[in-house]
Amino acid sequence: MQRIQIIAIIVNILFLLYIARLIIKGKLREEYAIVWVICTVFLVIFSFWTEGLELLSRLTGVVLASNMVFTGFIFAILIYLLHLSVVASKLHNNNKKLAQEISLLKEQFDKYVSEHK
Amino acid sequence: MPGKVLIVIPCYNEEASLPSVLDELHQTTLPGGYQMEVVVINDCSKDNTVAVARKHKATVLDLPVNLGIGGAVQTGIRYARDNDFDIAIQLDGDGQHPPKELDKLVGHHIESGANVVIGSRFLEKEGFQSSFLRRLGISYFHWVNRVMTGKHIYDSTSGFRLFDRAAIEIAAANYPDEYPEPESLVLFSKAGLKIAEVPVIMSARRGGQSSIRSFGSLYYCIKVSLAMFFSFIRKP
Repeated sequence: MQRIQIIAIIVNILFLLYIARLIIKGKLREEYAIVWVICTVFLVIFSFWTEGLELLSRLTGVVLASNMVFTGFIFAILIYLLHLSVVASKLHNNNKKLAQEISLLKEQFDKYVSEHK
Repeated sequence: MPGKVLIVIPCYNEEASLPSVLDELHQTTLPGGYQMEVVVINDCSKDNTVAVARKHKATVLDLPVNLGIGGAVQTGIRYARDNDFDIAIQLDGDGQHPPKELDKLVGHHIESGANVVIGSRFLEKEGFQSSFLRRLGISYFHWVNRVMTGKHIYDSTSGFRLFDRAAIEIAAANYPDEYPEPESLVLFSKAGLKIAEVPVIMSARRGGQSSIRSFGSLYYCIKVSLAMFFSFIRKP
């Protein structure tokens, strides 16, 4: 086993453990963790099975195996960023609805209090 | 039974101009025997807008976070829907929309039965006419609106507008947050509402700052054009 393989495997496993810890502590929701877990599992697999990477790049016609890794990951990151923008938009809408509802309720409450003094 | 009109005043740091606007409103009577209630929506102002509005006998809706003009106006529209108002009229808190022009909007609504009536600066060249760049933008939106709604709307960025029950129902459910004026017209016209314009005389603002300042105007044009396009192709 090469030195770089060992480093990659250790880093990946530490990363997986950290994600698990975040989920357990309730700081990361499972649906957002899925992408990270899948990516890390892929990395772990290919750290052990380096011929697999060569095989895949030959199949897809990529000259350098490392280029395939970069392309794949940049694509995955872009998709994930888009997903985060969708999440932010949803939160924005929910936040707006809540704020409006609070202001309307506050007004009703004030009216009720002043009528029943 | 006379109908009820809600005057919706979205405010962000308008303590300077709000008292005179509210005083004028309380002295105004509407045609058609309409009863008037004034609601001030405080969009998380940093000054004493709330206290000033309460002192001048307006209902206050106090937003806990800053939502922007669209979100604030929609809060007022929702108040109108929940409290069974016949008409809601948006009027800016900075004094650009003189309350004495209200009867033109209401009068035109009674006469024509239009669902949305816009107070327009440009039908007659009178009063405050805004800067050159702003007018350039406004004529651009006139063109975009003609393409998307098939109607001639000259002052599509005017915030001085009347909503009837049908329009209140639509805007309460779906109203854009940022720069809502041109985009909401696409929504209304897609819903088959009748949009009319009536000339009003506006004044220059009495205090505060415009939400659209020079460096953001390009962003404004791009954002609003995109939003209008997507409202146009979206299924109702």
